[in-house]
Amino acid sequence: MNQMCLAEMRGITKRFPGVVANDAVDLKLYPGEIHALLGENGSGKSTLMSILAGLYRPDEGEIFIDGASQVFRSPRDAIRAGIGMVHQHFKLVDTFTVAQNIVLGDRRTPFITRMGRIEEQIARLSQRYGLQINPRAKIWQLSVGERQRVEIVKMLYRGCEILILDEPTAVLTPQEARDLFRNLREMAERGRAVVVITHKLNEVMEIADRVTVLRGGKQVGTMVRGEFTKRDLACAMVGRDVLSRIQRKSVAKGPPVLRLDKVQVLNDSGCNALQGVSLQVCAGEIFGIAGIAGNGQRELAEAVTGLRNISKGRVYVGDKDLTNAPVRRIIDEGVGYIPEDRLGTGLVPGLGVVENVILKDYRTPHLSKGPIVNRRIGVKRALDLIARFSISVTGLDAPVKLLSGGNLQRLLLAREISSGPRLIIAVYPVRGLDIAATEAVHRMLLEEREKGTAVLLISEDLDEIFKLSDRIGVLYDGNLVGVLDIEDADAERVGLMMMGGEEREAAVR
Amino acid sequence: MKLRLTGRNILQVEKTMTPSPVMVVLVPVASIVLALAVCGLFFYLSGKDPGYIYGKMFSGVVGSTYGLTETVVKSIPLMLCGLGVGLAFRMQLWNIGGEGQLYMGAFAATGIALFFPDWPAWVLLPVMVIAACLAGGFLALLAAVPRAYLGVNEIIMTLMLNYVAILWVDYLVYGPWRDPQGFNFPLTAPFREEAVLPTFGDTRIHMGLLFGLLLAVVFYFVIYRTKWGFEVRVIGESPEAARYAGMNITRNILLVMLASGAVCGLAGMAEVSGLMHRLQPGLSPGYGYTAIIIAWLAKLNPIAIVLVAFLFGGLQVGGYVVQTSGIPSTMVAMLQGTLLFFVLGGEILLRYRLRFMPGMRAGDESA
Repeated sequence: MNQMCLAEMRGITKRFPGVVANDAVDLKLYPGEIHALLGENGSGKSTLMSILAGLYRPDEGEIFIDGASQVFRSPRDAIRAGIGMVHQHFKLVDTFTVAQNIVLGDRRTPFITRMGRIEEQIARLSQRYGLQINPRAKIWQLSVGERQRVEIVKMLYRGCEILILDEPTAVLTPQEARDLFRNLREMAERGRAVVVITHKLNEVMEIADRVTVLRGGKQVGTMVRGEFTKRDLACAMVGRDVLSRIQRKSVAKGPPVLRLDKVQVLNDSGCNALQGVSLQVCAGEIFGIAGIAGNGQRELAEAVTGLRNISKGRVYVGDKDLTNAPVRRIIDEGVGYIPEDRLGTGLVPGLGVVENVILKDYRTPHLSKGPIVNRRIGVKRALDLIARFSISVTGLDAPVKLLSGGNLQRLLLAREISSGPRLIIAVYPVRGLDIAATEAVHRMLLEEREKGTAVLLISEDLDEIFKLSDRIGVLYDGNLVGVLDIEDADAERVGLMMMGGEEREAAVR
Repeated sequence: MKLRLTGRNILQVEKTMTPSPVMVVLVPVASIVLALAVCGLFFYLSGKDPGYIYGKMFSGVVGSTYGLTETVVKSIPLMLCGLGVGLAFRMQLWNIGGEGQLYMGAFAATGIALFFPDWPAWVLLPVMVIAACLAGGFLALLAAVPRAYLGVNEIIMTLMLNYVAILWVDYLVYGPWRDPQGFNFPLTAPFREEAVLPTFGDTRIHMGLLFGLLLAVVFYFVIYRTKWGFEVRVIGESPEAARYAGMNITRNILLVMLASGAVCGLAGMAEVSGLMHRLQPGLSPGYGYTAIIIAWLAKLNPIAIVLVAFLFGGLQVGGYVVQTSGIPSTMVAMLQGTLLFFVLGGEILLRYRLRFMPGMRAGDESA
């Protein structure tokens, strides 16, 4: 492609406390192309595009628009330069009409607005790209797919030449996704550049003219259509070199501790999040659940820990049926839980270390006498955990939200482990942690396994899954699509299964 | 967050987790001084001498036994309601209905006092207390039940119920409960001696003060030392964490609102039984609302609520004192509002730090 590029990002680096989200990434966008940005969660795709859309400022690197260096102070600057982003979570006012939402925040809108004319413009614009929407409809009346169209039209209305979509199909039905892809193609053909952030290989294969793969904030490469296969992409995304299997001692597998029998669970919007999942985790075993976020992992963890209603099927811990049992009873049965949201669910941000250490067993006879909590024992226990798990804290009463991510997770794990659980559910236990903290968390989980605890590990990080698990199950679209022994599993195969690739290939064969 | 001032100057606002101890003391003091200054400016603009007004308020409150005892008298309903709503606020339940719950408590206590004329004091007073607590708690529950089970907004509910309770009391004193010997004034008959709370010496300070002080200590203990208090604090800080730890949020919403309303109801009982000795319209000049300010200024700490209640009692009395100089006593409400505004506004300075970066080019900050 020798034509002039619309936008270029050169050497973009962005650091957040404890993580390098983008490490010297280069990206060029040409008119007429659909560019896929592929990577696992946490690989820095969204950060990179948020920089281009003016939400973040890069620590290093430059952005060129039509060859001229630009600094965006806000999304407004980016929009003025012709860059618009459609976020995963739509930013629309439910009670306003489509047209009102589209002009909302647009600086060109005059003080006295003739909505009629604007509605006509919007209707014309949406017709040209086949994005059917009624400008007079209220947002709350629209389906998710229609809302997404409103966001796209909003960006077109503001004259965006570069359209960025963050995981646009995550919320769409397959039909809606097909329509969207057709619309995106239409826009590209009219000389715009479209960036699609995704971690779905099929989508990349379907629509991308070029694809840039990110892993751990670094750019793995940029490839042109025809030069890549699905397998190449999976490799690039997951990374071949990282599959080291560290010193996992062999542990004799004990009896099953957790047993799920055809469990069905609804998600928050009332759709089936788990469609009959059956699995077994034994004592002294780490069962890794691989899968892209949003395929039922969170619901699985919540169903087992009693936080989500199970609509069908049964859950057993040991020989006890704990299907829809109260949370308290499940805790008392020795189920430890490291939730995805460690600060806010697993720990209480505004309370101190002692309160958080006693969060679950403040009501047991060790810690309370009648209605009164014995704080002194809580303090003793907190000091003990701090020493045993080398947690660094500023004070016992300082709110735990002041702790670093690594120390938070250590504290959370320390509490769960010290309660002597039979089963630990760990959801994304190292997300956002640096290497040292990750190692510490992994070591803690492996030690638990050696002690004979059953561990259900939910992660998107294949590296982590391969490092820790004895068996791997892949969750895709609410189904457990495969269970592999670690000896039989290889990253590529699991990677493909995670993206729903395996089934389709199997069907072709 | 960065603010661009003129040209290339950038004002950066940073979040600080650990405010310096100097600031912790300095900021609230400066906030109070600023609030007084702003109100002073207002007095000055309306042609009054702020120094004279503040001086008169001060000497009127602390300069005489009357001023001091009246301050305590006014602080009793304030501290009770402050403790009541403060408890609910701890769980992020916005009970704005302290005023109505106070009226309900006054109503129930009066009902017992009027209709059981032959009970001795040692039976009558405790029953009045219990009835007042139940009535206040009942009004709060009317808002708490829909909140707990259906997620109905408790702010609106408690606020609207205030009017219900106030008008209910009005109806009673203008109608069925009006004293036949009262020359047609909207008052109930005065309480018999057995229904009157004892006072301290010959002051107007009554037993209600003990209720307040005792409850503050009890609340402090309950909140920081008991299992239930622990649950309340966890739910208030993070309902998700509470659910995760297996706490029953629905039950706690009901319990906390019941207790909150009960304490406000007790304030109403103390007012009628300790001070007015009868039920009358307008028995509270907005104690239930002022209590919200008090609870916030005290950061919901029960002991601090008592102290702030004394301060606000003093303000109230000071307001009456300066009325003689032609200043409307409603200026106290203004002063209270300004205090809240400045003290809460000042808190931002504790949580954020301003960094002025003159002459910085945009894009340079990272360097």
